Amino acid sequence: MPGDPVIVDRLPVARVAAAHRRRVADRVLARPSIAAVLALLVVVAVFGVRVPGLLTLEGLAGVLDAAALLGIGGVAVGLLLVGGHFDLSIGTVTVASAVLTGVLAGPMEWGIWPALAVSLAAALTVGLVNGWLVVRTGLPSFLVTLATALVLQGTTVSALPLVAGGPRITGLDEAPGWSSAAALFGSTAEVGGGVFRVSLLWWLAGTAGAGWLLWRTRFGNDVLAMGSSRRAARELGVPVQRTTLTLYALTATAGWLLGTLALVPAASVAATPSLILAIDFVVVAVIGGCLLTGGYGSMAGAAAGALLYAVARRGVELAGWDPRWSQALLGVFLLVALLVGGVVRARLRAAPRS
Amino acid sequence: MPAPPVLELRGLSVRYGGVPALDRVGVTFEGGCITCVLGENGSGKSTLVAVLSGLRAHDDGDLLLDGVPVRFRSPRAAREAGIATVWQDLAVAPLLSVWRNLCLGAEPTRGRWPLRRLDVDAARETTVRALERIGVTGVDPDQPVNSLQAGARQSLAIARAVHFGARALVLDEPTEPMTIAQHTLVGQAVLGARARGLAVVLVTHNPRYAHLVGDRFLLLARGQVAGDLTRADVDADDLTRLMAGGEELTALTTRLQELHPELGDR
Repeated sequence: MPGDPVIVDRLPVARVAAAHRRRVADRVLARPSIAAVLALLVVVAVFGVRVPGLLTLEGLAGVLDAAALLGIGGVAVGLLLVGGHFDLSIGTVTVASAVLTGVLAGPMEWGIWPALAVSLAAALTVGLVNGWLVVRTGLPSFLVTLATALVLQGTTVSALPLVAGGPRITGLDEAPGWSSAAALFGSTAEVGGGVFRVSLLWWLAGTAGAGWLLWRTRFGNDVLAMGSSRRAARELGVPVQRTTLTLYALTATAGWLLGTLALVPAASVAATPSLILAIDFVVVAVIGGCLLTGGYGSMAGAAAGALLYAVARRGVELAGWDPRWSQALLGVFLLVALLVGGVVRARLRAAPRS
Repeated sequence: MPAPPVLELRGLSVRYGGVPALDRVGVTFEGGCITCVLGENGSGKSTLVAVLSGLRAHDDGDLLLDGVPVRFRSPRAAREAGIATVWQDLAVAPLLSVWRNLCLGAEPTRGRWPLRRLDVDAARETTVRALERIGVTGVDPDQPVNSLQAGARQSLAIARAVHFGARALVLDEPTEPMTIAQHTLVGQAVLGARARGLAVVLVTHNPRYAHLVGDRFLLLARGQVAGDLTRADVDADDLTRLMAGGEELTALTTRLQELHPELGDR
């Protein structure tokens, strides 16, 4: 028999808890989105001084228009990152689903709604195939989705001219049911000289919905657990396969929505290479505080990341610089975000063992 | 007619790619009894845990819960049936808060389906109560598990299993040596579970410790039951010898077979 009985109250637990009454500063620093918010403030201040046009309603509308599209993709990719996966195919899904909609509603003369429904189904199929491949093979999702992205992009770019007789389909507004689709995906509102697009509402709804899903539902808890430790998630009976498939279906849906939001206002669609779009979304999500390693992230942060990206791009444009500078700027932001992310993770990590 | 055992394995086999990890194992786990499972690495201990906890389905034979054949689709199904497990790696998600970890998979919710959401307050309260139940107080349920020390993580895993285990408790001890405080915690958990009439399955590497708390001792070797003993049959030294002997003998056999293939598979 052991000597002295060990009193459970004296176990390390109580001491650790006492040591972890974290101060306010610690709590703020542990917020993953802090880097994006701070950088956003800096960028708005810098460009606000240099380019006053940015801070008018007109400038704001331009920024928000770009931010909305980046934000929708960023939120979807961010959710996937939290679950410990990666999707490089979302950019090509965007273009491919828009092209499919265009082909069905243009040369094939379908109504716009059936065309949209079919392209959504096709996008979901791609998402489920991605998810299925990742779940089945256990290969890194980076490579699996890179493969599907290449297949999709090659097919789209080379097949469209064969079907439509050119790299672009125009005049889609003649398709039956166009007016209701235009209202839902293409309407605008003018406020004091700034033209705000409906994509803004989709972005807000997507961010709020994803944030709620992640932090306030069982599904979100499954995603967090899966990204944090896949082995633990499996041992605790998290439906890893179903959760992964759902996540890929969600990014594919976001891709389809982005394609539709681009197709409807222009009433035309072109097959452009779009692999880089997926990188943009990852950058937005990571700047917003989603850990590349999974297990933690912030949907509001991804929204802030999208805003940051949009302000930087628009600011560089309005300042009259070569727009390609904005990419370099973004790279710097990403680097800073990664470094700050390291600090955040350190704050989340165990206290030094005594 | 006596009540059937809480858990029973009948001719149960599990194969990994044709190699049997458990080979026609027949054993019962009675309520109110602590069964210690002993055996060297690769003897099938982990597979036994995986089968009991629903992580791995068996290929042949039957798994019976209260005399009824069952086949769990996932660890969640096993837990819903009242079989809770403390995993060797503790199965905690490091970046998640204590309450998210404790309630994972059985989170209290509010509202109807499209708007069904976590009842965070209830989950926090459940967590605090589950930890208090095993004698741990002062843990902030919002704290990330990452910030807990090893002992506290183990408390969390045990509290979770004790909270959800209504019929059986399965503990797979970590391979690294545990401190006295950790052993005490495990001991209290298994003794408490026995007092409540649960079937307790304790996979341990420490024969002296096994003898201290165990009522029955199941020795596994190469996926088969090598011994099913009670306290009356053995003392701590016997157990130690049995375990050590088995390990040495196997090592010797393997070595000799390597050097002298003419010995064949004896």
